[in-house]
Amino acid sequence: MADREDRAHLQLDDLYREVVLDHYRRPRGRQPLSHPSCSVEGFNPSCGDQIHVALTIDGDRVNELQVECRGCSISVASGSMMAEMVPGHDVAEVRRLIEAVKGMMQGKEPDPAVDLADLEALAGVRKFPVRVKCALLAWTTLEEALPGISGPA
Amino acid sequence: MASSSPAGSTKPPSQGPLGLATHPLRPSDIRSDSVEGARSPLDVAAIRRDFPILSRRVHGHRLVYLDNAATTQKPLVVLERLNHYYRSTNANIHRGIHRLAEEATALYEETREHTARFLAATDPRGVVFTSGATGALNLLASSWGHWLRPGDEILLTEMEHHSNLVPWFLVARERGAQVRHIPVTEDGRLDLTRLGELLTERTRIVSLTQVSNVLGTINPIRAIADAAHAVGALVSVDAAQGAPHHAIDVQALGCDALSFSAHKVLGPTGVGVLWVKPDLLERMEPYQGGGEMIREVQMDGATWAEIPHRFEAGTPNIAGVVALGPALDYVERLGYDAIGRHGEAIITYALDRLRGLGGLRILGPTDPTERSGAIAFADPVVHPHDLSTVLDQEGVAIRAGHHCAQPLHRRYGLVATARASFYIYNDRDDVDALVAAIESARRYFG
Ligand SMILES: Cc1ncc(COP(=O)(O)O)c(C=O)c1O
Repeated sequence: MADREDRAHLQLDDLYREVVLDHYRRPRGRQPLSHPSCSVEGFNPSCGDQIHVALTIDGDRVNELQVECRGCSISVASGSMMAEMVPGHDVAEVRRLIEAVKGMMQGKEPDPAVDLADLEALAGVRKFPVRVKCALLAWTTLEEALPGISGPA
Repeated sequence: MASSSPAGSTKPPSQGPLGLATHPLRPSDIRSDSVEGARSPLDVAAIRRDFPILSRRVHGHRLVYLDNAATTQKPLVVLERLNHYYRSTNANIHRGIHRLAEEATALYEETREHTARFLAATDPRGVVFTSGATGALNLLASSWGHWLRPGDEILLTEMEHHSNLVPWFLVARERGAQVRHIPVTEDGRLDLTRLGELLTERTRIVSLTQVSNVLGTINPIRAIADAAHAVGALVSVDAAQGAPHHAIDVQALGCDALSFSAHKVLGPTGVGVLWVKPDLLERMEPYQGGGEMIREVQMDGATWAEIPHRFEAGTPNIAGVVALGPALDYVERLGYDAIGRHGEAIITYALDRLRGLGGLRILGPTDPTERSGAIAFADPVVHPHDLSTVLDQEGVAIRAGHHCAQPLHRRYGLVATARASFYIYNDRDDVDALVAAIESARRYFG
């Protein structure tokens, strides 16, 4: 029985790395912003996960980011990591980061110019294809919130 | 429904469920099985042998299949019928004048008659084959929708599956009608105290589920149908979750139309049934146009075929319909009395064990006799998706999400729940495996 449980947990440990569980238990960046430049609601229609992303933009730079996610550990952790990493970077860098996260989920070669930091812990999600959209919810929602060519300002 | 199992004693053993064919249910077979407390009247071990998929392994574990509200597994007799049909009979129906076409047509029409008996309907012309319960409800909504005028009302309930909501939204928008709903109570019942004010002379259609796919609640269809008829409304019953667990008698339910999916009653995917009172079906507008549904076509118009063919445009899922026959045979042989008592025993046991875990929010009526099939629950710490992933690693298949019932989840302030749903091949061991896996998930996330 213990053995059986261990085997199951070996697989799960890839998905639920300690960093991921930590972000899930204590999500960062939930405080509402007093004057957001933009806010977007994200929604995963197949499972119902909901996310609220708000940001302030100063010139070309994302200054503050609020992320509030109602969802599973993967979507909450991914959003929490996003809230930790994104502020202080300019929009072009954030776009590169979004592409890097998407690439990681598709199993692409990592872009050496992008530091994924805690996000590396989400690499295990790839082995659970149905959960990939959980990991990407925060990032695709942020993409919509960013000003510029492709997204609505 | 004992009267509707004529196949029981006359068919050769190879046609029946293998676990039962050589020894039809006798009182001596009735044993406690492994469901404690209440006795299960089914020989679950024998039933399990009829379902090849139940012997496969998932992530190194015995498969514990608890997603029956999504779809049930198929007994060998259904798989064999599909195989046999394609190997020896395959032809298009109602068209060719050749041996295969005659045989295929006969098998297809025999299943229509069988389905009518299954529903205790007197006239097989009331049975329309569709692609599923969703196909049936869309047909019905679209066709009944022609009779709606601005200001008319359609009454649904807060516990409906999206497929008994959205088709009505579409026709309501098109016809300028209003959709209203019967709310649910905190403990998962329809709030019938509101029925009096909701049913008015403006109410043209009432469509509701017999059994909730989330709460498991069994609704008092007859009482609601009588009240609806008293104001002149038509009544449609979504029996997608009811048909697997309860003998359906359209006369006793008092409805005008009823839908279900074959794949939730041991049959193949891609087949649904819409039953409508024949005199009503006769007056309904066709839904889709095409081959098979016409009497005569000119370059500028057409006249319609007789019912039910008027509502079956194009080549249907013939093999699937034919294989619905042995699926219905299978449940009829077990008998809905035994299926119902088995279901109640397992729901009773599962509710007890899940409550015993402490801290779970379990939706639906607390009294197991008021529910069947599914138990949806939410853990305060482990999100349903995470629970589902952890359970899957232990071979336990449940469903996580909103189960196509978003308004209902919103009603309870939830985005998603985990749902375990049971059928004839599940036993106490399956419930124990579920509970052990939940405990293990809690340790993991705790
Ligand atoms: C209550 C209810 N109605 C309708 C449906 C739709 O059935 P199908 O997807 O087979 O068309 C379902 C299936 O989940 C259901 O549970």
